[in-house]
Amino acid sequence: MNFFGFGQTAEIDIVLNDAETRKKAEHNSEDGRKDKYFLFYDGETVSGKVNVTLKYPGKRLEHNGIKVEFVGQIEMYYDRGNHHEFVSLVKDLARPGELTQSQTFDFEFTHVEKPYESYTGQNVKLRYFIKVTITRKLSDITKELDIVVHTLSTYPDLNSSIKMEVGIEDCLHIEFEYNKSKYHLKDVIVGKIYFLLVRIKIRHMEIDIIRRETTGTGASVYNENDTIAKYEIMDGAPVRGESIPIRLFLASYELTPTMKDVNKKFSVRYFLNLVLIDEEDRRYFKQQEIILWRKGDIVKKSMSHQAIIAAQRFEGSSNPERSHSQSAEDFPNAMTGAPSEETFTDPDLEQAVNAAQR
Amino acid sequence: MADAIADTRRLYTKPQNLNDAYGPPSNFLEIDVSNPETVGVGRGRYTTYEVRLKTNLPIFKLKESSVRRRYSDFEWLRAELERESKVVVPPLPGKALFRQLPFRGDDGIFDDSFIEERRQGLEQFLNKVAGHPLAQNERCLHMFLQDEFVDKNYTPSKIRQA
Repeated sequence: MNFFGFGQTAEIDIVLNDAETRKKAEHNSEDGRKDKYFLFYDGETVSGKVNVTLKYPGKRLEHNGIKVEFVGQIEMYYDRGNHHEFVSLVKDLARPGELTQSQTFDFEFTHVEKPYESYTGQNVKLRYFIKVTITRKLSDITKELDIVVHTLSTYPDLNSSIKMEVGIEDCLHIEFEYNKSKYHLKDVIVGKIYFLLVRIKIRHMEIDIIRRETTGTGASVYNENDTIAKYEIMDGAPVRGESIPIRLFLASYELTPTMKDVNKKFSVRYFLNLVLIDEEDRRYFKQQEIILWRKGDIVKKSMSHQAIIAAQRFEGSSNPERSHSQSAEDFPNAMTGAPSEETFTDPDLEQAVNAAQR
Repeated sequence: MADAIADTRRLYTKPQNLNDAYGPPSNFLEIDVSNPETVGVGRGRYTTYEVRLKTNLPIFKLKESSVRRRYSDFEWLRAELERESKVVVPPLPGKALFRQLPFRGDDGIFDDSFIEERRQGLEQFLNKVAGHPLAQNERCLHMFLQDEFVDKNYTPSKIRQA
């Protein structure tokens, strides 16, 4: 083989068997672009063909083996060298030898477990991809095909409303209510804010959706908060006895399901932040976690048989090893209305003002 | 797995009491800084301002009050609040040291336009501070707004409502 670029090389092309029928889903890339990728669910088989096309026909391609891998991995942006692979399947396509002409190889990864949803965040990325490697003495030839995985859940058995009274003693008492504690990604948050005592001059009120991405463990935990949405629900000064309705359609925002402790590496949680702003621009807020889950689409006859099986596997799943399962799991904060963080704070203050609470 | 249309009807709410709806709001608080008057003669002169307060907040002892304060009283109040409370206290209008130097073309700190500028700044300052729920707990604020004289030897303390 020649060193100056005249040696034989090859182009690899990965084509899925169901490329015509399989749905694609949009997914954000690290730089904010949205691309479309083939959509898979847990348990579905990943099968296709690998086309190896020699660049210079007639010349041989010597190699130390050709293999195809299915990989699911977590990548921390601050530690790019270390990938944490939680799924790693390999199939050999060719033993060490040589290719005398372009060739196509079949591959199939049967009923592959894909336990977590694909996620591209601020500090961490979880992705699945098919990778073909032609191993050679000096430099391997590789090709990757990214896919997107969605995790589905069904309607939770227990989905109580969130209702709480909070405030600042003798200044502001409100009771807020959200109709559910677990919402699917196309759901509507229906709620209300009831004013019990208003001794400050409120100018307006809004609800923010905040995503908190937590990476790292133990001492080096890093939380990144991102305000995904700001939705004004009241403009003007309320008085005692007034009730402000909330109706917030989640489908218009880019949300992912709540992901808790994925492979013990990261979490993605969502909070509703109720913010009241007074005439002097002081802000009073109350954060409340909500659980977001992904509902499966209506199963159409044209959908692959695999996907139907995959969707059915989630009915009432309570497998303790599957930490991602959301339907039956009891998350700490939401259920009984017992408050986790009861503080009503003004960011101008260094310490929370203690809330009055019945 | 049929897709039902989400129920977006409003949650049930208690009808509002008409007294609450049409009565005076519970957050009435008005503070005016006005009527600047220069007292004294020669180098001992200084300007006082009338600080008038009208409110229905229970935390204020008097529902109406009027006191006279000078700029150094405002400075005292600001320092007390910074030290005693966790509030980030807004700034006062400037101290205008340059204006206190001699040989100026205008009236220095007794210049009408300067006094008006300062008056506005002091009014903004007080409105911002007096409406703050934490500042309202401080004895120094109530003394400043409603007691006839500011006792700089007072004991700082918090007001607790009955």
